[in-house]
Amino acid sequence: MKLNLKIWRQDSFEAKGAMVNYPLDDVSEHMSFLEMMDLLNETLVQKGERVIEFDHDCREGICGQCGMMINGRAHGPLANTTTCQLHMRSFKDGDTIYIEPFRATAFPIIRDLKVDRKGFDHIIQAGGFITVSTGQPPEADSILISHKTAEAAFDAAACIGCGACVATCKNSSAALFTSAKISHLALLPQGKLEAADRVINMVDQMDAEGFGHCSNTEACEVECPQAISVLHIARMNYEYNKALLLK
Amino acid sequence: MMLDAKIPAGKLAEKWDNYKEHAKLVNPANRKKLDIIVVGTGLAGASCAASLAEQGYSVKSFCFQDTARRAHSVAAQGGVNAAKNYKNDGDNVYRMFYDTIKGGDFRSREANVYRLAECSAELIDQAVAQGVPFAREYGGYLNNRSFGGVQVSRTFYARGQTGQQLLLGAYQALMRQESLGKVKTYTRHEMLELVVIDGKAKGIITRDLVSGQIERHAANAVVLATGGYGKVYYLSTLAMGCNSSAIWRAHKKGAFMSGVSWIQFHPTCLPQSGEHQSKLTLMSESLRNDGRIWVPKKPGDERVPKDIPEEERDYYLERRYPAFGNLSPRDISSRAAKERIDAGCGVGPMKNAVCLDFSKAIKEQGKDKIKEKYSNLFSMYEKINGINAYEQPMLISPAAHFTMGGLWVDYQLMTTIPGLFALGEANFADHGANRLGANSLLQACVDGYFIAPYTIPNYLADEIKADKITTDHPAFAAAENEVKAQLEQFLKIGGHLSADHYHKMLGKLLYDKCGLSRSKKSLEEAIEEIKQLRASFYKDLKITGDDKVNSELEKAGRVADYLELGELMCYDALTREESCGAHFREEYQTADGEAVRNDKDFCFVSAWEWKGKDITQELHKEPLVFENVELTVRSYK
Repeated sequence: MKLNLKIWRQDSFEAKGAMVNYPLDDVSEHMSFLEMMDLLNETLVQKGERVIEFDHDCREGICGQCGMMINGRAHGPLANTTTCQLHMRSFKDGDTIYIEPFRATAFPIIRDLKVDRKGFDHIIQAGGFITVSTGQPPEADSILISHKTAEAAFDAAACIGCGACVATCKNSSAALFTSAKISHLALLPQGKLEAADRVINMVDQMDAEGFGHCSNTEACEVECPQAISVLHIARMNYEYNKALLLK
Repeated sequence: MMLDAKIPAGKLAEKWDNYKEHAKLVNPANRKKLDIIVVGTGLAGASCAASLAEQGYSVKSFCFQDTARRAHSVAAQGGVNAAKNYKNDGDNVYRMFYDTIKGGDFRSREANVYRLAECSAELIDQAVAQGVPFAREYGGYLNNRSFGGVQVSRTFYARGQTGQQLLLGAYQALMRQESLGKVKTYTRHEMLELVVIDGKAKGIITRDLVSGQIERHAANAVVLATGGYGKVYYLSTLAMGCNSSAIWRAHKKGAFMSGVSWIQFHPTCLPQSGEHQSKLTLMSESLRNDGRIWVPKKPGDERVPKDIPEEERDYYLERRYPAFGNLSPRDISSRAAKERIDAGCGVGPMKNAVCLDFSKAIKEQGKDKIKEKYSNLFSMYEKINGINAYEQPMLISPAAHFTMGGLWVDYQLMTTIPGLFALGEANFADHGANRLGANSLLQACVDGYFIAPYTIPNYLADEIKADKITTDHPAFAAAENEVKAQLEQFLKIGGHLSADHYHKMLGKLLYDKCGLSRSKKSLEEAIEEIKQLRASFYKDLKITGDDKVNSELEKAGRVADYLELGELMCYDALTREESCGAHFREEYQTADGEAVRNDKDFCFVSAWEWKGKDITQELHKEPLVFENVELTVRSYK
């Protein structure tokens, strides 16, 4: 198929960016979206032009490194799918495709489609862990966790940290990302002891990084590759209020 | 040079305890004066960096990804082994040791493998305490399942995300240390050179992948936990960024490489569908618990697999290996698939796949049960291929996956360069010539959480008296200049072919000539062809862009290293005149196609020493001594 690509090019954070047209032929419907980008970059190398920079790594939907706005949607037209798992069979011959980076104040652009998501690391550093050092733990089966609790904790822990929730949110809120970690750890008996401090510190850090507030549009859940539920945001708010009251 | 593995004295079961009892310690007050560099933030790197920082050392952690949580450990789906014997099915440390050493076709060290099994139970305790949400039974106890090559149930899992969840545990431990100021993480940094001073590893040169800045970092010890090099084949189950550069550049500075050609081909991957492909996605081995593998009996059968009647299907694993059947080890399953595909019985548009069929399991257990176990894998399959695997068989094919080979290390995980340690897949140590499923996550974690935190302090105890090295030392300037010169060279060549072009050419060549099976003829051809390809690379490479963010420039460095490593893989395979584990030499097989090992002449670990550019490397041998197990023909029949 033939495509007309319109891609955001920006040299650096300080530089001014713009959409640039790239017609591309010989795209197969079996290609993944990123393989289509590889093909385009190969043609740019042939022409002696700088390639389009984009983040990606595992290409199997689990590392969370890829992410683009495709026709205005985080990770493209499919719900709950990373950019690398999107295939060209979702498009048709002659389509115009707009490709932009994830946009958020807290995700500064590095170059072209690469953005800096360090803010997520800072949120985890603020408390997204259980304080346990190597060597301390008791025998694993001395901590009983019901099947239901373990499964619920897993549902939250499944977040891959891609940032699609932030990119898709009109407020650039990181509430889904932050709440998923708070929920994962608050549900487990191992994580309960630190739950109050954790939620306050992580929420404060989320604000300090420049992420916006959640206004409950639930757009994030639609784009999340792991279909993390917005109910975790409700749990975060509950945990936060509980922590403040008991403080 | 005599290689000394420094295996502690005593009975097998007492060696690790003996080591720990006599390992040297560093006074807590001195620890923060000692700097440790850890390259890589996968399970081995993150767990090692966090554990050492917890002890009080000053740690710098490096990764090329945008955050430490992305390393390819995340992609391990199926599980992690541990000899907990929670199922009361006869498991214990010795049995796990035996399964692993037999699985590796008796080409690993007894003491290392025993220690791996010994530390396995503690890892589950550690991960649970960190909040890793392993699968639970209804009573709240941990659940587990079976994996290939064993007859007990010792694999712990977190749905299809075991690697991701274990890594998040390690990453969170690392982030905790960062918040305490004990670790400094450098993301989007790539190590491009090792700095060796007076024979000891004293630092690294990195490139900041955003600013392009070349940086010097000094330390008292350097840890490489940079993963495997299966991506040398271009098409593989690995992430696009996985590379050999850190270990290869350390190799060129004097660290020996071992078992270089021992590369595992995973039997359950998605087959190649065209020239555009960048990746062969892995489907978890756990699928083989319920899926049956077959091909049509008749070569060239053009029917859609689901239309081929039962009596015309060849369940070749069940036929050839009745005792283990569809759960035969990976090397055997992959080779059996290749044998059938080569015989013309392959299925799919490129006739390069075999069927993985769930119809019997769905009939017996119901669709809902299968869905509960594997729904994420079935939906991944559908996303990639647009095919519903509940209704027709999955098409799968072997793909390059895990490198058993890597930097030679002694029992302390120290390379032949004092002060340079290699952990996880980057070293060669525990899996012999073939790795068992769910032992990879285990080894990475055990190396990082439980071994390096004893052996690195043992080394550092003597370093406290040594002169403090700073980055002003001329060795740093020299290393930095080498790195800069190479990058400038890539940008200047001005040819007409991309780095990917060379990577794909090398990959195809290695698949054909140093892949699932090899022969003297194919390897000798490959060596010549790689030499030519390398010459062309330095003449015709074309890199566009500048010296800042430039993924083409990053790729060029990695491909340049692969073009040297690939050649060594072929030499390693050529000089090992036997078939063992994943290394199958066509000249050494039985009449019915089984591997023939030669314990008389090849019961050793190869250890290659870099002798210089375009000079054949020197082979050293570390003999393998077996005192506790009898070397038998590895049979899964």
